[in-house]
Amino acid sequence: MSASATGIGLRLADKRRRERRWLLAGAGILACIVALAGFGIGALAIPPVTVLHILAAQLGLADAAGIDPLHRQVFLAIRAPRVLLGFGVGASLALAGAAMQGVFRNPLADPGLIGVSAGAALAAACIIVIGPPAIIGASSVLRPWMLPLSAFGGGLLATAAVYLLARHEGRVVTSVMLLAGVALNALVGAAIGWLTFVATDEQLRSLTFWTLGSVGGASWASVLPTLTLALLAAIGLLRLAPALNLLALGEAEARSLGSDPARTARLVACFAAVAVAAAVASAGMVGFVGLVAPHLVRLLVGPDHRVVLPGAALAGGTLLVLADIVARTVVVPAELPLGVVTALVGVPFFFWLLLRSKRTGQGE
Amino acid sequence: MSTAALALRQASLRRGRRLVLQDVTLQARPSRLLAIIGPNGAGKTSALSLLSGAASAEAGEVLLDGEPLTRIGAEALARRRAVVSQGARIAFPFRVHEAIALGRAPHRGRTTHHQDAALVEEAMARFELLHLAERSVPTLSGGEQQRVQLARAFVQLDRPVLDGTARWLLLDEPVTGLDPAHQVRALAEARRFADAGGGVIAVLHDLRLAARYADDVALIEGGRCTVLDTPAVVLTPERIRLAFGLDEASVGLFLTA
Repeated sequence: MSASATGIGLRLADKRRRERRWLLAGAGILACIVALAGFGIGALAIPPVTVLHILAAQLGLADAAGIDPLHRQVFLAIRAPRVLLGFGVGASLALAGAAMQGVFRNPLADPGLIGVSAGAALAAACIIVIGPPAIIGASSVLRPWMLPLSAFGGGLLATAAVYLLARHEGRVVTSVMLLAGVALNALVGAAIGWLTFVATDEQLRSLTFWTLGSVGGASWASVLPTLTLALLAAIGLLRLAPALNLLALGEAEARSLGSDPARTARLVACFAAVAVAAAVASAGMVGFVGLVAPHLVRLLVGPDHRVVLPGAALAGGTLLVLADIVARTVVVPAELPLGVVTALVGVPFFFWLLLRSKRTGQGE
Repeated sequence: MSTAALALRQASLRRGRRLVLQDVTLQARPSRLLAIIGPNGAGKTSALSLLSGAASAEAGEVLLDGEPLTRIGAEALARRRAVVSQGARIAFPFRVHEAIALGRAPHRGRTTHHQDAALVEEAMARFELLHLAERSVPTLSGGEQQRVQLARAFVQLDRPVLDGTARWLLLDEPVTGLDPAHQVRALAEARRFADAGGGVIAVLHDLRLAARYADDVALIEGGRCTVLDTPAVVLTPERIRLAFGLDEASVGLFLTA
């Protein structure tokens, strides 16, 4: 055994490990650079040096003297929560997408396309227009959590419905999965149409926000719960990476290797629903991030979930912060809805993937 | 070590409403290669799925070295037996060496990545996959993918005998889709695994290969194991003609003279 341990097997394994480390390091650095841009760009430009200075001062590492108070205030009250929320939302959607693709054994399982975001949004919209169920009293501690909680319930139901519909004899049928998504999205479209009809003016404004997505309203009050949920879901999903790798071999193969595919599927459904709920409850429906980000990572370093999951989270967060920069700068002083920007990038990408999967005959 | 065996004891299996196996008793032993033969739909794959623990018996029991399979934890079981099923397809473009390395999953934390890499390399050499090591599995031909699965099963087991216990290789039509040279090579590897003390159970359609490589042959017909004996006893023209419904003229096509 030791004679061949210096051979090609080890070289290949080590090469793959190095590639993965470089990718994660690169993605991390890129995320920081894009975040700096996100902090700086806007009606009031804040130079990167000033951003770093403010950050250092906030952490007690530097003297706050010499910082323009206006810069400081715009950064702390507007830019920082906005960029952090954008990053958290993008990372959650991408991570949920990557994990769901693993369970569905299908690279097209995006939370938006298969109706999970829609399920979450519908449940949240019901809470906004109809109000929380009567048993939740006005002063209950649960009240501020009603939106994310109901979004979680809606997302979980939608995931379970699509998974059960599309699974046939241990594999997922792509066409059924996508059609179930079409049906769910249509159902939500109709329901939101009806809610629009009965909604008050104020409710109407939040409804538009749900359907198109935005991180414009970010405040620390909305950022913290979102990031907490996103982090919880991320920890849960990252731990499932080895099980998702085995699932790629097939359900029966995963079982014969000592893994429990049904348990993996249940856990992914729960954690992905938490991640999507966190994203949808604070930023509405933002499509395609969960499709594009995992694919970029897979193209670069292959499909090992131990790197696809963290890589997709970093890439998704970065992409969403970038999309938000575009959304708030191209039509100044107005803002484009975030969902419009991600769809402009995501739809051509989706078509390309669809054509490619047709050619290679994958995902049958 | 007299109980060292993988065995079905009057096992029955139901799929939906149909009883696909009824009172099947058969036993495979270490250092031997057991071939399971029989007509299509007779229950060969069902018998293998009982033996691997993929399905659980409705009645009767499945014993691994005298212990009911249901009492062995999934990961511990995965270190003692590996399964290669028919037509498995990998879902993402894993490279050949990565896909084979997935077989090390049940040993996570027990071996170093140097040892794992050495085992993967050995298995790639065994199944002539070294030149394909960096290819992505879904782009390979069916036969090449089958060899990847076999290599994965070999790294899953480490060695034919480990810690004094025989390991088990369960193969469902392992040579289907392989060219003649690779059929012979795959069965020769299974044979070597048995000669080194491991146990092999293989569902085979090619009766000549069964005659050439197996120590024992089990004939399964209509959900029952009708005979389990040496190839010389089981693979007689008369028995094969009746079991497969062949006429006297064609039975010779499938048997060694």
